[in-house]
Amino acid sequence: MNKTPEQMNEDLLRPVFHTTWRFWATVGVLLSVIAAAGLALSYQVWNGIGVWGIDRPAFWAFDITNFVFWIGISHAGTLISAILRLANATWRRPVTRCAEVITLWALMIGGMFPIIHLGRPWLFFWLAPYPNERGIWPQFRSPLMWDFFAISTYITGSAIFLLYPIIPDWALVRDKSSGWRKKFYTVVSLGWRGTPKQWNRLEMAMKIMAVVIIPVAVSVHSIVSWDFAMAPVPMWHSTIFAPYFVCGAIFSGIAALIIAMAIIRKALGLEDYMKRLHFENLGKLLLVMSLLWFYFIVSERLTTWYGNEPSEMAVFWSTQIGSFSPLFWTMVCCNFLIPVPLLAIKKLRTITGTVIASSTIIVGMWLERFLIIVPSETHKYLPYAYGSYRPTWVEITITAGTFAAMMLLYVLFAKFVPIISIWELKLGERKPVVSPQLSVVASDLPALAEPTGLATDS
Amino acid sequence: MTVDLDRCTGCEACVVACRAENNVPTAGPDQAARQRAIHWIRVERYWEGEFPNARLRFQPVLCQQCDAAPCEAVCPTYASYQNPEGLNAQIYNRCVGTRYCANACPYTVRFFNFYNPVWDKPFHLQLNPDVSVRSVGIMEKCTFCIQRIKAAEIQAEAAQRELKDGEFNPACVQSCPTKAMVFGNLNDPESEVSRLSQSTRGSKLLEEVGARPKITYLARESAPEEGGATS
Repeated sequence: MNKTPEQMNEDLLRPVFHTTWRFWATVGVLLSVIAAAGLALSYQVWNGIGVWGIDRPAFWAFDITNFVFWIGISHAGTLISAILRLANATWRRPVTRCAEVITLWALMIGGMFPIIHLGRPWLFFWLAPYPNERGIWPQFRSPLMWDFFAISTYITGSAIFLLYPIIPDWALVRDKSSGWRKKFYTVVSLGWRGTPKQWNRLEMAMKIMAVVIIPVAVSVHSIVSWDFAMAPVPMWHSTIFAPYFVCGAIFSGIAALIIAMAIIRKALGLEDYMKRLHFENLGKLLLVMSLLWFYFIVSERLTTWYGNEPSEMAVFWSTQIGSFSPLFWTMVCCNFLIPVPLLAIKKLRTITGTVIASSTIIVGMWLERFLIIVPSETHKYLPYAYGSYRPTWVEITITAGTFAAMMLLYVLFAKFVPIISIWELKLGERKPVVSPQLSVVASDLPALAEPTGLATDS
Repeated sequence: MTVDLDRCTGCEACVVACRAENNVPTAGPDQAARQRAIHWIRVERYWEGEFPNARLRFQPVLCQQCDAAPCEAVCPTYASYQNPEGLNAQIYNRCVGTRYCANACPYTVRFFNFYNPVWDKPFHLQLNPDVSVRSVGIMEKCTFCIQRIKAAEIQAEAAQRELKDGEFNPACVQSCPTKAMVFGNLNDPESEVSRLSQSTRGSKLLEEVGARPKITYLARESAPEEGGATS
């Protein structure tokens, strides 16, 4: 890619400045799906959660599946982007923002489920430690309480991690725009003038955030796994769950990132920026995670089988050969048998190949979460209390709504923010100057070379 | 509490009595088919042997009032907690309905109100005024008829005397025609329930899970009937 900075500005700012009919059509379709989900949700809150298919003993099903799935997807971004930043992988530049924004939206969507799945969702704030006249604190021994802290920490951290490197790009939009856009971007770019001091601070902040966000991300999905592992339920009460969940989260996260990138490059015409190289590199990462995931599930299943504990074996057989087995073997195909050849054989590791693999992985990982939750609940210790589960239209609609919400938020984000970090890309183009003194390089950047918004506003 | 499996005939009088005493709502056929019926105590039936040499075994299962109750630690709002007398209490007003306690319970004896309960007329007139009715979205479970415990304690305190063993009973124990269930104070070594729970026939349900349940089941020791399976 040998684009001049002007060409980059032109290509990458086009989606921000120009709105096509396709944008409105997409927004319209997605909004109608979300509206349907909103109606389903209102219907549920009004009538009681009985309109879902949940029962005794399957007290959790689609709700918590979606929760774990979306929190898992959120590990795409910040974690991948932080690792690539720390490893100084130069190919990361067009990828990072795409990834980071997935994190923020997926966390918002996933974090909604612990609230809407409550029997009395209007009292959700009782899960938070807030000062109240009764002097009652939440129960700090409960993993749901830990979820509250883990997710709120992660959402704050990843919002900062996403927003900091956007500031220079917003300043660029500000400098290139007029009218309401000028006013809007003047506010959001927070007075960015591109001085060496500002560049230094940005660089320092990003270094700190990249280091801080990794343990936060790992802890978040560990805590999500402990929602299950802390309860004495067959096949939930497992020491392997925390690393298994973190692995699955990164796995599904990379898959989501690849799909998002493929859609963006087509829809916004960014073929010159997101190239086969990026898909290939992410495909290799995905391959590693697929193998790792398989290793975890084999470890889990094999030790359970040899342990031969009766209550666990009931769950085990229900997934291997029983009523859940079609879902289980679909999951194995989607997460391992189909993606591994597609990603391992160089000839197949194309953009199409990685997108196909990612799509099956998204399906497979959703099933994986479902298969962790429901078979255990429906095969607890006493055979008399065994049960089954069947979803209703309400929870299916809400699930569809979450996917539509993810896409809508993504489309809107790409409307207001250059989806590829322009300044980082330009920095990368200035190869081979990888100077630790970022400010030296940055002083040549257009955001500084042109009059700043603050200067021209008056 | 102790439950003598030798004496249980599976008549389910305890189930009916519990329902009447504790305002347990009736799910109706549709909801019951969707596995949403609420019954704080249930009589589990297990068949031993193959027909015609089959033998039926009954096992009443209710909240085991565990000492190390898995349901309590997981509740984020303290709705499920251990009261000073060692009962697993459920504070309905605190419950937001995460249903986590129900998942953590190894005995599956916690019940959720999927809808607001309805009592068809005139059954609404028979509600027990000593027991609150539970609204949509909250968990409920066996309380060992805490309203009876409290009433007896208050009366004993007013009369300035100690509670006597067997002075009162939960509805299930009271209604059991074969006296299979015995209720009392486990901390009193003289009580009948203390004596029975030391029995060599005694065992706890799912002891291996480690919840330290307080109910002792006394194993069957009667000879199988003529033509029955030998076990």
